[in-house]
Amino acid sequence: MDVKLKERIAFSILLIATIIIIMPVVFIMILVLLRGLPAVSPEFVFGMPREGMRAGGIFPAIVGTVYLVLGTAVFSIPFGIMAAIYLNEYAAKNWLTRVIELAIINLAGVPSIVYGLFGLGLFVAFLNMGVSILAGSLTLAIMTLPVIITATKEALGAVPRSFREVSFSLGASRWQTVRHVVLPNAIPGIITGAILGLSRAAGETAPILFTVAAFYLPRLPRSVYDQAMALPYHIYVLSTQVPNVSVKIQYGTVLVLVSLVFIMNILASWLRARLRKRKTW
Amino acid sequence: MVATESQKSKIKIQNLNVWYEKHQAVKNLNLSVYQNEILGVIGPSNSGKTSFLKTLNRLNELYPGTKTDGEVLLDGENIFTKIDKHLLRKRVGIVFALPLPLPLSIYDNVAYGPRLHGAKKVDEIVEKALKAAAIWDEVKDRLQTNAFKLSGGQQQRLCIARTLAVEPEVILYDEPCSGLDPISTLKIEEAMQELKKNYTQILVTNNVKQAARASDRTAFFLMGELIEIGGTKQIFTVPRDKRTEDYITGRFG
Repeated sequence: MDVKLKERIAFSILLIATIIIIMPVVFIMILVLLRGLPAVSPEFVFGMPREGMRAGGIFPAIVGTVYLVLGTAVFSIPFGIMAAIYLNEYAAKNWLTRVIELAIINLAGVPSIVYGLFGLGLFVAFLNMGVSILAGSLTLAIMTLPVIITATKEALGAVPRSFREVSFSLGASRWQTVRHVVLPNAIPGIITGAILGLSRAAGETAPILFTVAAFYLPRLPRSVYDQAMALPYHIYVLSTQVPNVSVKIQYGTVLVLVSLVFIMNILASWLRARLRKRKTW
Repeated sequence: MVATESQKSKIKIQNLNVWYEKHQAVKNLNLSVYQNEILGVIGPSNSGKTSFLKTLNRLNELYPGTKTDGEVLLDGENIFTKIDKHLLRKRVGIVFALPLPLPLSIYDNVAYGPRLHGAKKVDEIVEKALKAAAIWDEVKDRLQTNAFKLSGGQQQRLCIARTLAVEPEVILYDEPCSGLDPISTLKIEEAMQELKKNYTQILVTNNVKQAARASDRTAFFLMGELIEIGGTKQIFTVPRDKRTEDYITGRFG
């Protein structure tokens, strides 16, 4: 067979594979937009649910998800970044470090329902936090940690070694080097990784199932010890637990959640592109 | 300047051995560096020149698997036991082979070191350092420009200024002109001659002619061993060792 023909076949197969990959995304988007858009109105977004969630809005679920994302950010970002700095800049290459790194990789592979049960056992029951935003945020934070640690480590690792060597050569301590040379240059990657981790947390159902999610709570949460409705769980409830909910409301809720996650992802990409343009090396 | 034994030693190296993992990079080195001289260090690749240099401010400790044995005395004090390594690096500065500005403005590159050490009057220090490195006139109107915008030769002089700004006593140069054109090289060599008044300098170079031009004494390293050291004129006209002669006349290396 001649080279040109082979080339065309290879090109076609690769292109078709790529198109097949994006098709599910496109179909989901179209379906959700077509069926959900008619439901979305100011009253739907900012209103309280009524008539056993068969009418009214989903505001408490939106607020609940926003609180959970913020709570997750508060717990996972500082610890994740600090752990990554330790592992990348300080830790000696010994068995302990390898065990920790292996644990983080495994943490990323734990099924989300296991996090949910773990959160129920540790935060809700043992630490007596009850079913609460606090317990839910902590559970989601643990799930998000490996994403943030991995992204931060990659961002730190991408800062050239020579920058560190220059800093040390001028008499800087390790912390001064991290603080003034490594971190400022790793920030874009860290922010992007953190947002992507949080956007995943925003859409998770299993970890919040037993730790925070309220079936029906037509008011806003009053404190971190309060239960809260959340979008992913609300979708589950609307589609399986409550009879006679209009398809419009179900898809409208899905549209709001998907939009929230998309906005976060786009924000992450935009920030990355913007900060990368400022990068001079 | 012809070196004599009566000159004051700034750095005294005794029985120094340096290993990277199992590879011995420096073998039983004994050497003195005199106050205010420029000591040229020549030798082929892998002769231990850079390892020797980076041991003097303990920068080689950044590479895992490094082991050092022997004594290096700075003004009579053992750098491994008596001097804090951060303070040592402040006193013994280094200029790297490639120009390595930090991704900061010209000003902030030079101010980086002084700020670390809590200096006051940073503006004055920056100006003085840039002048001493013979680059002030070229950058004084654009101090806030990113350092990467400068040419390679300017970047390297900026790096010299950055090293000077922490007010070291000794400056190490690790093949500082390897990526530079002849005119930039000349400017750096001229700056080094000016700096002789106040600093002790060690110049590791792959360019034999540069050592001949710029240094007062020259040391020849081969396979981690110091083969010969002497006044630059003597080394380049009447080398005592056959291997030195072969190297400087380009017969190997």
